[in-house]
Amino acid sequence: MSDVDFDTVLEKYEPAIGLEVHVELNTATKMFCGCANEFGSEPNTNTCPVCLGLPGSLPSINGRAVESAIRLGLALNCDIAQWCRMARKNYFYPDMTKNFQTSQYDEPIAFDGWVELDVDGETYRVEIERAHMEEDAGKSVHAGTSGRIHDASYSLMDYNRAGVPLIEIVTRPITGAGEKAPAVARAYVAHLRELVKALDISDARMEQGSLRCDANVSIAPLGAAGLGTRTETKNVNSLRSVERAVRYEIVRQAEVLESGQPVVQETRHFHESTGTTSSGRPKSDADDYRYFAEPDLLPIAPSREWVEELRATLPEPPAQRRARLQTDWGFSDIDFLGIVSAGALGLVEETVAAGATPATARKWWVSELSRRANESGVELDELAITPAQVAAVQALVDQGIVNDKLARQVIDGVLAGEGEPAEVVERRGLVVVSDTGALSAAVDEAIAANPGVADKIRDGKVQAAGALIGQVMKAMKGQADAAKVRELILEKLAG
Amino acid sequence: MAVTPEDIARLAGLARIQLSEQECRDLAPEIDVILESMAKVGEVAGDDVALTTHAVPRTNVFRADEVRPSLTPEQALSGAPAAEDNRFRVPAILSED
Repeated sequence: MSDVDFDTVLEKYEPAIGLEVHVELNTATKMFCGCANEFGSEPNTNTCPVCLGLPGSLPSINGRAVESAIRLGLALNCDIAQWCRMARKNYFYPDMTKNFQTSQYDEPIAFDGWVELDVDGETYRVEIERAHMEEDAGKSVHAGTSGRIHDASYSLMDYNRAGVPLIEIVTRPITGAGEKAPAVARAYVAHLRELVKALDISDARMEQGSLRCDANVSIAPLGAAGLGTRTETKNVNSLRSVERAVRYEIVRQAEVLESGQPVVQETRHFHESTGTTSSGRPKSDADDYRYFAEPDLLPIAPSREWVEELRATLPEPPAQRRARLQTDWGFSDIDFLGIVSAGALGLVEETVAAGATPATARKWWVSELSRRANESGVELDELAITPAQVAAVQALVDQGIVNDKLARQVIDGVLAGEGEPAEVVERRGLVVVSDTGALSAAVDEAIAANPGVADKIRDGKVQAAGALIGQVMKAMKGQADAAKVRELILEKLAG
Repeated sequence: MAVTPEDIARLAGLARIQLSEQECRDLAPEIDVILESMAKVGEVAGDDVALTTHAVPRTNVFRADEVRPSLTPEQALSGAPAAEDNRFRVPAILSED
């Protein structure tokens, strides 16, 4: 970014953010047909006349998807419609063979909700305008020399994803967050991800596109009535990108306004590599989708009894869960906040359930694994290690089979796909050596190489043994049992 | 409000239907009559008449979430004008969405 920086912008402008999040449901079948809802199948193996939009085919609503939508609506503190319909959103694009997407228009299944977010110890309330049901579109592969869409000479379509159930959750404009606006946007998407996982209605894997975010951003001079012209940045597909895209747009729009130009209402594309957005298409007449009620599907009218039954299946609300876990684990506020901000709450919980103590589970996830996730630019829960595996690594430490240093190598091995922790120990030969015979020679060498240190220990300065232990560990590539080495050194140098 | 030939031309464009100017002029009053007739029906229905969207007065007709056999890729692609790598080959997509 050139001469305008984020903090300067916020001295003059107030940002407003609106987020549209699409969640793919983890139902067994698609929204309107019995084709499997599966990620990564061979192209066009999960299609039928309904999801291919063949003439004469008739859709039928997946009851489980409706149930998921109601449960999510309730978890977002929404009202649930007593009666609503699906609608046709008409557009011509090869990702939808029917030339319309079956969605909901002015009768969403859930509306008027809210969530509360905790950002750096402050609470922000985000209002939910609506959550509605719709279907996903097919996936295109663009053939062309550069792989960029505008150079493509033709496109290839795979309709496995066409008709997969989606819920779109739309917020009202989030204002008043000021400099925290990018962090609030991120926290909101993180909250939704945690929520749909807790509800077990979606895998919520942003890297696979089962949770996708479009970010609307506008800025207005401080104290101005109303909102500025907004842009919509499409498909911002990681938590980090949500924060970066919002921040970038705030600064970019300020630069545009400062140069005396108006902000153009348009869709924009986010570029992961540079953290920037670029102009997409302007909003135009083509956005007239001519919605109308879907004549092939009957209305959905959830009875109050059904809604209350579903309400009873909701998981513990996030704030309550956090309070309970902090008490159970006995962490200070600062230690617990570390777990929450690292996005490790569920992971630590599962690791504890798999047998580790809260303190060791926290140590691995918050310090060691968070660092690795940051280095590889992925979310913590996307690392190729499970809570059960982390608990198994800690168990190896507790049994004295490996020490902390070797445990890190075990984690390297698991992350590199070398198998379960015990297999990595075996393959890499990482077992701690506590056999006196093997250690004795290394201890003798260390003593011979450091006569000064040895003399100090002979004179009773037991703490000097640390230097020799270090030498032995180094010689044995970290695989020595430190306690045993210390014992041997003191034994050999006993006055 | 009367439907104009310009309205028809715009709708035709949105629906990808090619209409001549003469056809737009002919259709405008015809569509106008249809809309007026529908509006008349609306006047007759009082507050005691529920919104009718289907001939069948039923709601909550759902399918169980059970997988049914899909077509094979060969069957799925059998009606496609062009295919490649078990995918439908379509004209280049020009705008990214």
